Amino acid sequence: MTPHMLTRSLDRGATIFLAIVAACGILIPLSNLLLPAGSFLQVPTYLVALWGKYVCYAILALSIDLIWGYCGILSLGHGAFFALGGYAMGMYLMRQIGSRGVYGNPILPDFMVFLNWEKLPWYWYGFDMFWFAALMVLVVPGLLAFCFGWLAFRSRVTGVYLSIITQAMTYALLLAFFRNDFGFGGNNGLTDFKDILGFNVQAEGTRAALFALSCLALIVGFLVCRAIVSSKLGKVLIAVRDAESRTRFLGYRVESYKLFVFTVSACMAGVAGALYVPQVGIINPSEFAPGNSIEAVVWVAVGGRGTLIGAALGAVVVNYAKTFFTSGMLAPYWLFMLGALFILVTLLLPKGIVGTFNSWWESSREKRLAGVAASAAAEDGITEPKLAEKRS
Amino acid sequence: MPAKLSARLCSLLLALLLVAFALPAFAGPFEDAVAKFANDEFSDTEEAIGVIASSGNPLAFSIISALQDGRLMADPDSKKVYVTGTDGKSVDAATGQPVASVPDSASAVRLNNRLRRSVDAALGSLTLQSPDLATRLQAAQSVFKSHEETALDAVESALAKETNRSVKSALGEARAAILLYKSDATEVQKLEAVATIKARGDQEALALLTGIGGDQPASVTKAAASAIGSIQSSLAVWSTVQNAWYGLSLGSVLLLAAIGLAITFGVMGVINMAHGEMVMIGAYTTFVVQEVIRTRYPGLFDYSLLIAVPLAFLVAGAIGVLIERSIIRFLYGRPLETLLATWGLSLVLQQAVRTVFGPTNREVGNPSWMSGAFELGQITITYNRLWILVFTLAVFAILLAMLRYTALGLEMRAVTQNRRMAASMGIATSRVDALTFGLGSGIAGIAGVALSQIDNVSPNLGQSYIIDSFMVVVFGGVGNLWGTLVGAFTLGIANKFLEPVAGAVLGKIAILVLIILFIQKRPRGLFALKGRAVEA
Repeated sequence: MTPHMLTRSLDRGATIFLAIVAACGILIPLSNLLLPAGSFLQVPTYLVALWGKYVCYAILALSIDLIWGYCGILSLGHGAFFALGGYAMGMYLMRQIGSRGVYGNPILPDFMVFLNWEKLPWYWYGFDMFWFAALMVLVVPGLLAFCFGWLAFRSRVTGVYLSIITQAMTYALLLAFFRNDFGFGGNNGLTDFKDILGFNVQAEGTRAALFALSCLALIVGFLVCRAIVSSKLGKVLIAVRDAESRTRFLGYRVESYKLFVFTVSACMAGVAGALYVPQVGIINPSEFAPGNSIEAVVWVAVGGRGTLIGAALGAVVVNYAKTFFTSGMLAPYWLFMLGALFILVTLLLPKGIVGTFNSWWESSREKRLAGVAASAAAEDGITEPKLAEKRS
Repeated sequence: MPAKLSARLCSLLLALLLVAFALPAFAGPFEDAVAKFANDEFSDTEEAIGVIASSGNPLAFSIISALQDGRLMADPDSKKVYVTGTDGKSVDAATGQPVASVPDSASAVRLNNRLRRSVDAALGSLTLQSPDLATRLQAAQSVFKSHEETALDAVESALAKETNRSVKSALGEARAAILLYKSDATEVQKLEAVATIKARGDQEALALLTGIGGDQPASVTKAAASAIGSIQSSLAVWSTVQNAWYGLSLGSVLLLAAIGLAITFGVMGVINMAHGEMVMIGAYTTFVVQEVIRTRYPGLFDYSLLIAVPLAFLVAGAIGVLIERSIIRFLYGRPLETLLATWGLSLVLQQAVRTVFGPTNREVGNPSWMSGAFELGQITITYNRLWILVFTLAVFAILLAMLRYTALGLEMRAVTQNRRMAASMGIATSRVDALTFGLGSGIAGIAGVALSQIDNVSPNLGQSYIIDSFMVVVFGGVGNLWGTLVGAFTLGIANKFLEPVAGAVLGKIAILVLIILFIQKRPRGLFALKGRAVEA
C-alpha cells in the first residue's frame, strides 16, 4: 500500500526535488568535513549553519503550504508552532548544560537561578531526556493545533476570521513568553547551549550532522505532504479549499479533515523549529512575532501556493535574498523589497514561481502538441482557415 | 553745586528726623524686627525671621520670600527696608506702602546657609497663608501628610483667616490629622478629627486612620475602625469607577483605531493590514503641522490639532484611495491575498516613514487645552483622555449620520448588503469601493491625530494597534458600526478590570483567549449581518 502510494505520488518534478535535497544533504556536510579548509569546494561551517536554517524554514513553508495551498486555511500563526517546537528543543538543550552554566547549578538553568527560583517548575520535568523532548516537539504544537482547530473548525470559523484569530493566538503566546515568571527565560529566551546528545552544538561535525538531519526531515516532510495531498483524503482537502460548503453538503465532515491536516501541519512546523534551534543557538519570544508568521506565508506565495516544491523553494529563495540584502549596504531597503515582494507576488504572480512555471510548461506542451496536430492536418490540406481563405 | 549739596543734606536730615519720630510712633515687635534687617548682621537677620514668621502679619510672606530671592533691600543709612517685587516695583517692608524708588545706598540682605534653612522653615508655615490659592492648598496637604504637632498653631491661625472653601477644608483636615496624632488632645477633639478624616475618604485618609497606635481612647479606636470600613467600601466603589473610566478611555482609543477598519472590512470585505500605517501617517501629519507652526506661527500652537485633523483625513484618505486604485481593486474576491498584499504595503509605508523621519520617536506636543487634569471625587481625569473620548464619539456620530443620511452612505450600505444587486441598480460599485476605502483610511488618519497625543509617534505606532483593532472588529461583528462601538468599549473595560487582578500582560492574554473562545460561539461577531448566503 505505502510503496504504491509513494510511487503514485512521485512525479518527475518531485523526484528531481528530492534528489537535489538528498544530494545537498549528503554532499554539503561531506565537503565541509572532509575537504581542507579554504579549498575551493569546501563549504565553510557558517554557510552550513545558514543553509541549515533555510532548510528548517523550507519545512515550515511546506507545513503552511499543506494547509493553505491544499486546504485553504491561511494560518497567520504558524510561527507559534515553529517556536513551540523550538522551545521544546531549547528546554532539552538547557537541561544538557547542567552545571556548566554561569551559576553552576546542576538542575536549574541560569535564568531560574537568576530569578531566585528554588526548584524546577513541573513543566520542565522530563526535558533532560532526549526522547521526551523529541516527543514534546511533536506533541505540544500538535496538541495546541488540535485544541485550537477543534474549537475553530467545529464552529466554522473560516477565511480571514481564522487568519486573524491565529494571529491573535501567536500574539498572545508572544506576550506570555515575554514574561519572566512564565518560566521560559522571558525576553532573553533560551540560549548558551552546550551539548546535544553528548555532541558539542558548536562543533563542525554536529553542525554538519544537523544539516543532514534537516535535509532528511525536509525529505520526510515532503513525502508525508505528498502522500496526504495525492491520497483520497487530499482530494477532499482540495474540495474543501475550493468549495467548503458544497463538500459539506456532499456529506463529508469538513471539520475533521481540516483538523487532521492542521494538526499534521503544526507538528511539521514544530519539527522545523526543533531543528532550527540547535543550529541557530537561541530561541526567544520574538519567534512568536506575528510578522514572522506572515513572512513565512509569503515564502509560500512566492514559491507557489499549492505546489509543495514551490513552498520549499520560496522559503530558500526569499531567505537567501534576505541574507544577501540585509548584510550589505542595501540593508535599509530590505523592508521596501520585502513589502514590494508581498504586493507584486499577489498582484502579478498569484501562482508563484513554480505554479507559473508549471502552467507555462503545460501551455507550451499543449502548443507543441497542437502544433504537431496542426502540421499533420496541414498535410491533409483541410484546415479551416485555409478553406476560409479560399472562400474569400 | 553747593546749593544742591545742601539741599541733599537737608533732605537727609529731614529723613533722619522723620525716622527718629516715626519709629517710636509705629514701633511694634514686627516693625522692630523688620528694621533689624537693615543691620545686615546674620544674627539680627535670624532673629527678625523668627519674629516675622510668627507675627501673623500679612506682609510676612512677601518679606520672607523676598529675602529668599535676594529681593529684600535694606538701606543701612535710613534703617529702612524695602521689598522689590518681581515686577520691579518696590514697597516699604514695614508698612507695605509703595515707594517711588529704593535709595542707591540700599543693598540686598545677605543670607548664609544656616539662615537659608530658617528661611525655608519660616516659608513652610507662612505658605499656609500665602496669597496664592494653590500654594496654600499644597501647604495644607503637606501638613496633612506630615501631621507635625508643631504646625498646629500655624494651621489654626491660617484656618481662622481662610476664606476659600476648599483650602479651608484642607486646613481643617490638616488640623484633624495633627489632633488625631497629638497625645494630649482630648477625646472629643480626636473623635471630631476621625469624623473629619473619614469625610475626606481617600487612600491617605485610610493610611492615616490605620496608622494610629493602640494608645488611643477606646471610643476613638472604635470610631477609627468604623471610619476605615466606610472609607474602604467607598474607595472600592471609586476604584470601580476609576477602572470604568480607564476602560472607557481605552475603549475610545480602540474604537478610534477600529472604526476605519470596520468600514473597509465591513463594506468591502477587505482586510487592510496597512490600516495601522494610516494611523501612523495621521500622527506624522500632526507632527509636521506642529513643526510648521512652531517655526512659523508659534501663536497658533493651540489650534495645531484643529488644523491637523482635516489635513490628516485628507492625506490618509488620499493615500487610501491611491492604494485601492493601484492594488486592492485587483484583489477583490481574494481576501487572503489582499491580506498579504496590504501587509507588504504596511512594511513599505513603515520603512518609508522611517527613512524620511528617522526611526526614533518624534515629539508631538499637547495643546494647552489638552494638558492637565481635574479631580472628580476620588479619581483624576486627564483632559487629553477626556477629549479623545469626546472626539471619538463625535467621529462615530458623524460617520453614522453620513452612512444614514448621505447618498454615498446609502450606496455604501447597499454595496455592503448585496454587491451584485447594488450594481444592477446602477450603483458604480468600484467608485463606492474607492471612496469607502478612502473614508476608512481617512478616519484612521484622524485616529492618528488623537493617538499622537497619548502615544509615541514612531514608525511602529500603527503596528501596536492593528491586532487590537482587528479584535474589536471581529468581536463586534462585521458590517455594523454599533457592533464596533460595543466591541471597543467592552474590550476596553474588560481589559482594565482584568488588569488589576491579573496584571497588564496576563490581562491582555486573557482578553485574546476570551475573544478566540468567543469567536467559536459566534463566528461572525456580536452583531452579525443576517443573510441567507452560505458563504459570506
